[in-house]
Amino acid sequence: MTRLHIDWTACEGRGACVELLPELLYRDEWGYPLAREKQPQVPPALEGHARRAVRDCPRLALRFVET
Amino acid sequence: MTATVVDSRARLIVAGPDLAEHVRRHGPVPWQGGPHRLIPLVEAAGLTGHGGAGFPTHRKLAAVAAGDRPVVVGNGAEGEPASAKDRTLLHHAPHLVLDGLQLAAECVGASRAYLYVQQAPAEAVRHALAQRRAARQDRIAVEVVVAADRFVSGEESAVVSAVEGRAPLPRDKFRMVVKSGVRGRPTLVQNVETLAHLALIARHGPTWFRSRGTAEEPGTFLATVNGAVGGVYELPYGVPVEEALARAGGTPVPLQALLVGGFHGAWLPPEAFGAPLSRAGLRPWGAVPGAGVLVALPLGRCGLIESARIAGYLAGETAGQCGPCVNGLPRLATTLHRLAHGPLHPALPAEVARLSALVERRGACNHPDGTVRFIRSSMQIFAAEVTAHLAGRCSQHGRGTR
Repeated sequence: MTRLHIDWTACEGRGACVELLPELLYRDEWGYPLAREKQPQVPPALEGHARRAVRDCPRLALRFVET
Repeated sequence: MTATVVDSRARLIVAGPDLAEHVRRHGPVPWQGGPHRLIPLVEAAGLTGHGGAGFPTHRKLAAVAAGDRPVVVGNGAEGEPASAKDRTLLHHAPHLVLDGLQLAAECVGASRAYLYVQQAPAEAVRHALAQRRAARQDRIAVEVVVAADRFVSGEESAVVSAVEGRAPLPRDKFRMVVKSGVRGRPTLVQNVETLAHLALIARHGPTWFRSRGTAEEPGTFLATVNGAVGGVYELPYGVPVEEALARAGGTPVPLQALLVGGFHGAWLPPEAFGAPLSRAGLRPWGAVPGAGVLVALPLGRCGLIESARIAGYLAGETAGQCGPCVNGLPRLATTLHRLAHGPLHPALPAEVARLSALVERRGACNHPDGTVRFIRSSMQIFAAEVTAHLAGRCSQHGRGTR
């Protein structure tokens, strides 16, 4: 199973991940990503989008964790 | 604040700051003859970290010992303003801490050792190190690094940053410190009191260590008692809360609550004062002994005003890195301040709950979560005060809160 890890020290709430993964993430009132589930597991169907979000984060704040 | 009671059963603060006296009381450094050998002893003793998190020490030792060219750091940063036990220990028994640091370095096979302490005890520590150099007591040199007086500067990854010469700010935990800490090397960051216990376990063994405390939570801990009563005391885990307060000289005025575990901790109501000071004993109140910090709130003071003050302090101590903490903690503190001092609105308690859920688990370190734990406990224990404030009354100031 794969889940997403956010480096909060790097994230500036640019919102790229939220646009690419609206099924998993939305923005809080300050613009930072907020997981819809407590542990943002990535279902296999969304793995491609998730990889794109990890690659395209302008702050390199998003990572995959294999669990 | 740093009054230290002489206790015939005390283990940690018995010998004083002089090396000759320390060796007379405790004997020389009990070298174990090679790496890993201390790990089963520490596991059998059941030693856990005394910096607040309470992580099993043997697991940390084993994780670091498995790595390549590890580093050890004794952590005496004690960023918690209500805690004085680490600096008291460093002043009165520095050699027990330094023995523990040497033994931890031997255990994990480290060739670099650091002691990270506040400015106040740094001189005492340097003096102790000079005595040990003259007596050829140590196998590896210890570098003293002075910690900034900030709440988060003692957090494990902030300690790593400070030792590297950077700002003492927490880091992302994608790579664990035990695997990749100081300059990418496996790093053991261990609280100074934990190191002192380690040095005693190496001398006297696990059975002796377990002769105090409870079967599940063995040993003793240093407690800092603040507020209506005060001082640093060594107590066994499982001691009833009221006995701990009695050891601190009793309470001259009745208490309405006791904050346990420091500013990231939880309040106990008086009906909980019979509970044992242990993880198991405090679980029903959502509290843990943590780093042994107790803050006594006397009757007649407003718990909500006091909690709002602490929340304001904690918001100001955000490291300024993680968005939800940087934005959420000041908002939480402002909301609590409004509940305490006005302008009031019936939706304020719900807003506290909403913001708490919003910042929780969304930071690189434990600061947002610890702050939320404290605020939730405050709202629960002082619920009657919250209701009174919303009705325009305050137990401390009477009418006219807004």
